[in-house]
Amino acid sequence: MATSLSPELHQKLSETARALRMLSLQMITEAQSGHPGGSLSAADLVTVLFFHYMTHNPHEPHWPERDRFVLSKGHGVPVVYAALAKCGYFPEEELMTLRKINSRLQGHPDHVRLPFMETSSGSLGQGLSIAQGMAMAAKLDQKKYKTYCLLGDGETQEGQIWEAAMSAPKYQLDNLIAILDFNKGQIDGYTEDVMNLSPLKAKWEAFNWEVQEIDGHDLHQIFAALNHAQISRKKPHMIIAHTIKGKGVSFMEDNIDWHGKSPSLKERDQAIEELRRH
Amino acid sequence: MEKAQVSKNETKPLKNYVDINPQKKVATRAAFGKALVSVGENNQNIVVLDADLSVSTKSSLFAEKFPDRFFEMGIAESNMIGTAAGLALSGKIPYLCSFGCFVAGRFETIRISIAYNQVNCRIIGTHAGIGIGEDGYTQMALEDMALMRSLPGMGVLQPADDIETQRMIEFLSNHHQGPVYVRLTRQALPQLFNQQYVFEYGKGVILEEGKDIALVATGGVVHPAYEAAQKLKEKGYTSSVVNIHTIKPLDETLIQSLAHSHQWMFTIEDHTIMGGLGSAVSEVLAGTQNHAVLSRIGIQDIYGESGTPEALYEKYGLSTAKIVEHILRQLES
Ligand SMILES: Cc1ncc(C[n+]2csc(CCOP(=O)(O)OP(=O)(O)O)c2C)c(N)n1
Repeated sequence: MATSLSPELHQKLSETARALRMLSLQMITEAQSGHPGGSLSAADLVTVLFFHYMTHNPHEPHWPERDRFVLSKGHGVPVVYAALAKCGYFPEEELMTLRKINSRLQGHPDHVRLPFMETSSGSLGQGLSIAQGMAMAAKLDQKKYKTYCLLGDGETQEGQIWEAAMSAPKYQLDNLIAILDFNKGQIDGYTEDVMNLSPLKAKWEAFNWEVQEIDGHDLHQIFAALNHAQISRKKPHMIIAHTIKGKGVSFMEDNIDWHGKSPSLKERDQAIEELRRH
Repeated sequence: MEKAQVSKNETKPLKNYVDINPQKKVATRAAFGKALVSVGENNQNIVVLDADLSVSTKSSLFAEKFPDRFFEMGIAESNMIGTAAGLALSGKIPYLCSFGCFVAGRFETIRISIAYNQVNCRIIGTHAGIGIGEDGYTQMALEDMALMRSLPGMGVLQPADDIETQRMIEFLSNHHQGPVYVRLTRQALPQLFNQQYVFEYGKGVILEEGKDIALVATGGVVHPAYEAAQKLKEKGYTSSVVNIHTIKPLDETLIQSLAHSHQWMFTIEDHTIMGGLGSAVSEVLAGTQNHAVLSRIGIQDIYGESGTPEALYEKYGLSTAKIVEHILRQLES
């Protein structure tokens, strides 16, 4: 793995992130429901993972050596569906069946209907433990794959998160890489007001994780942090990625109202236009 | 146990407050939010907790009015449940609110901290059933009644319209001892009752009387059940339609009476048929003889999915048309 992103690759990944944002908004508008805020905040993280960093093969989705991606914040799934389609797991047209009856693209990930999602999720707080189990299995099977787990900041208010925070260091799961989409918002308001998490870095460090703090919209920083997380310090990794909820669309950015509602057709067109120009 | 002696005339007379108006629709969670403000006004012991869903459960209305008695607990339901138990053990009447799946999902915490303590917690679970639509199975409460019903001393309630919700919340705030679980809908429900409505804990409410079929329904599907009864008239069958707002303790006398005065009985619920209203009714009939043929309409041991509420009710058999179809299939078999 190169130590930094080439300008060409950076350009290509930015284009991909933009496409994932557009697709997410198109899907949500088509479904007339869904969660735009947390899909847009995670778009750059998901892009670097799926289009550059993770080892996986759309033609052999169950390849045992593949890196695992656990979407713990299940409501952010539109951006992941968009990534899976762009990678070639299923046709892009299928994206527009999101949340419709009989679709594999459930409002929250359904592992049985759509096995490319490594686990079902949507009840917050459960994904980190599941990712931990996958990391333990890799150790048992002496496999090289890594397990990535994307968490919401509000989500980490769940007690189960801190149970996993305790157990993963015990088992020295250096192959477990948690990424926190720290977009500062949840449903009832700003995370700071609802239930303050700070000092976040100090908490994870105190639980004995290898912690990095980055700008989650800077592709170079995401890449560098993932590189750093490949080096074993006999600890699990936590990447706290500072992001903006609704990133890329002016009227959605940092606006809690856009946590879980669909844009109107007009708002969608305006959003797509902004993303195009940006 | 002694076998209950039930006669036809034990079926209670029709109430004067039944006043069905499909044009006037209110979600029971919205009715709850409004009621909570009004009871909070008069009873200082009422406190409210929520887990980052106050905008959806409508407890936000109480939060705005009485910020000192509202506790935002963040996305941490177990902690909310335990905290509510502590408040109740200290004399408060806590309403703890989230989606039904997320509170009932913390079953063992409820089991010990609330139920075994027999404290005055009012557990509010909104977004009941597949009627929530697009969010899909992970946000649907489909097993909550089964879980809550299994706990001794836990009341299990589900109102079917705006006014019933309001009167239920007034009752629970001022006249009831012990833990209860209240199940509320995301979707708007038509009016069934007018302002004369009186809430009677543990009693079924007869909406219409008929001879052949007893339709026993709860919550959001009471109105579809009523509509089904109208359609069945065209086929020559008349039905008694009963709203069960208290699933536990169930109105056993009424169920037995209906089961003895009708040839067929159907339970209808937006919940798994295992452990909910259908099971509760079966349990009553299991101890009696010569009762109506019972069939349970509800979610048939299967996970829910995403879709519009209408499409889901069609697919899972809870639309008026599908209820009628189920009943006729049973009658003609
Ligand atoms: C256990 C549980 N409780 C409540 C919810 C409802 N819910 C869905 S999204 C959300 C807020 C999530 O905030 P955060 O984790 O910060 O996600 P993001 O801001 O990235 O969308 C809540 C409370 C849930 N899905 N699961």
